[in-house]
Amino acid sequence: MDPVIFLIQVLNGVQYGLLLFLVASGLTLIFGIMGIINLAHGSFYMIGAYLAFSLTRQIGDFWLALAAGVVIAMLLGIALEWLVMRFLYERDHLYQVLLTYGLILVFEELRSLVWGDDVHGVQVPPALDFSIPLTDTLSYQVYRLAMSAICLAIAFGMYWLIQRTRLGMMIRAGSVNRDMAQSLGINIGLLYRLVFALGFALAALAGMLAAPISSVYPGMGNQVLIISFVVVVIGGIGSVKGALIAALAIGLADTFGKVLLPQIAGMVTYLLMAAVLLWRPRGIFGRA
Amino acid sequence: MDRQPRSLKFVLLAALAALAAFPLIGDKFYLQLVTKILIMAMFAMSLDLLVGYTGLVSLGHALPFGLGAYALMLLTPESQAAGFWMSLGASLAVAGIASLLIGFLVLRTSGIYFIMVTLAFGQMAYYYVHDSRYLGGSDGKYIYLRPVLEIFGWQPFDLENHAHFYYFALALTVFVYATLRVLLASPFGRVIGGIKENEHRMRVLGFATFRYKLVCFVLAGMLAGLAGWLAAAHDGLVNPEMLSWHQSGQLLMMVILGGMGTPSGPLLGAAALKLLELGFQGWTKHWQLLLGLFIVLSVLFIPRGLAQIFDWRRRG
Repeated sequence: MDPVIFLIQVLNGVQYGLLLFLVASGLTLIFGIMGIINLAHGSFYMIGAYLAFSLTRQIGDFWLALAAGVVIAMLLGIALEWLVMRFLYERDHLYQVLLTYGLILVFEELRSLVWGDDVHGVQVPPALDFSIPLTDTLSYQVYRLAMSAICLAIAFGMYWLIQRTRLGMMIRAGSVNRDMAQSLGINIGLLYRLVFALGFALAALAGMLAAPISSVYPGMGNQVLIISFVVVVIGGIGSVKGALIAALAIGLADTFGKVLLPQIAGMVTYLLMAAVLLWRPRGIFGRA
Repeated sequence: MDRQPRSLKFVLLAALAALAAFPLIGDKFYLQLVTKILIMAMFAMSLDLLVGYTGLVSLGHALPFGLGAYALMLLTPESQAAGFWMSLGASLAVAGIASLLIGFLVLRTSGIYFIMVTLAFGQMAYYYVHDSRYLGGSDGKYIYLRPVLEIFGWQPFDLENHAHFYYFALALTVFVYATLRVLLASPFGRVIGGIKENEHRMRVLGFATFRYKLVCFVLAGMLAGLAGWLAAAHDGLVNPEMLSWHQSGQLLMMVILGGMGTPSGPLLGAAALKLLELGFQGWTKHWQLLLGLFIVLSVLFIPRGLAQIFDWRRRG
């Protein structure tokens, strides 16, 4: 393979992987800390993309729209937790699957009512709307590089939040032993609400960042959801570090699978998952 | 397994009698609707074997269903009917072998991993079929003629006839129901019930629980393949949506709505959900919104399903 093309594929794979990490980290946090399997997580991604579409039109500036979108997503997350999710903590995973599956149908139809069923595009922010030429014919979009940078910054931010702050300490305590944390004076209800809102916002942010390069279309959350599940399973449920490594592995495997093995490109990521499960049934960083 | 309350037995017998007499009064539309419900009920019963009796929550059960359907499509020549026994055998075999291979992998995991991994395998099959031009891609393919059932020149059912097809589906449903009842009342059924309650204890008692679970997984897969074969024969059409996770999700909803781990729950659930869907569809274009809200509310307010209504005497 030509080294320039190889470089472009690596950059694409890393960028896709980091985007997956944003979605999967929310999924793995919500499961690891709250014990909830959330199928509606892909819908949050879709909502984010549609918010980016509407808000950039209203506000005019992509970055302001991004900030407003994160705030709206946090509020939606808090509302959703208060309305339905909090009734699921003590319930079997089966009911969590079912209820969040119902939520997908609700969100998909609400999207259809609010935004219609058309495909929309979002402008790449003008400051980043150029490409770095690599050879005479090949170049790389700067926006994609910026996306990767933002995702990396968020990954570090999350590491800092969970490992280095007081809130992170409470989150870790709540994930290890809910009752003990509560009896030590931590408001678990509030903590869960925050974690859920954070997860919602991360998925929505991923959708917003992806909107300029992937366009905005109905059902866009489903594929991302399934791949995020694969990421979470490979990384080990509840492990943010595992999610990062698995997301990068899936991103690269998917990108190179499309180039090297186009016949079975759709299956490469699942084969990778099957291999990891044979080796470690609880994922790379899963707790036994 | 829990004994059925007597009221339920009467309801079931009355329902069977009503179903048997139904073609005398129902027109073609309703006949086809009830046939579809019967097929879904069979499909739901196979999932209930996993979810309700063995405690394995599969979110990829559309996979063997779709494989069964696609096997019939591949074995049906362009302008000719497929052989009944050959196509049925192929559907069962394909669904069974796929379940064996996948089960060997996914049964190494449990709980939430099991849910996610079955979902992922289901989606893998979905994308494969969706992207395969040979299998008809996203549009699927038509099956112009239904298989011809022939036993030494004798045709007990003419499957091209709607009423005959209906009776054939009804007979199969009763057969599957009875088989599952017998299986669950047998020592095998007790063991899988024990695995659901406490797998660790069953292992300590000396049962090779992995093998029991694998047998259940394969059996449930084959029954799903049977339902898929029947669905493809009935609709005369296969498409990737048969393998999609919406199919798996709705199926799970049928099992829970009817009441999982109860023998007649999947039947009730399949009928209730199909009729509800039809009602919503007749009402508004955005019927999925209503269906979604219904699912959310029923999880919150009737956790044990419709079968609990027949259970009232043992409650409290």
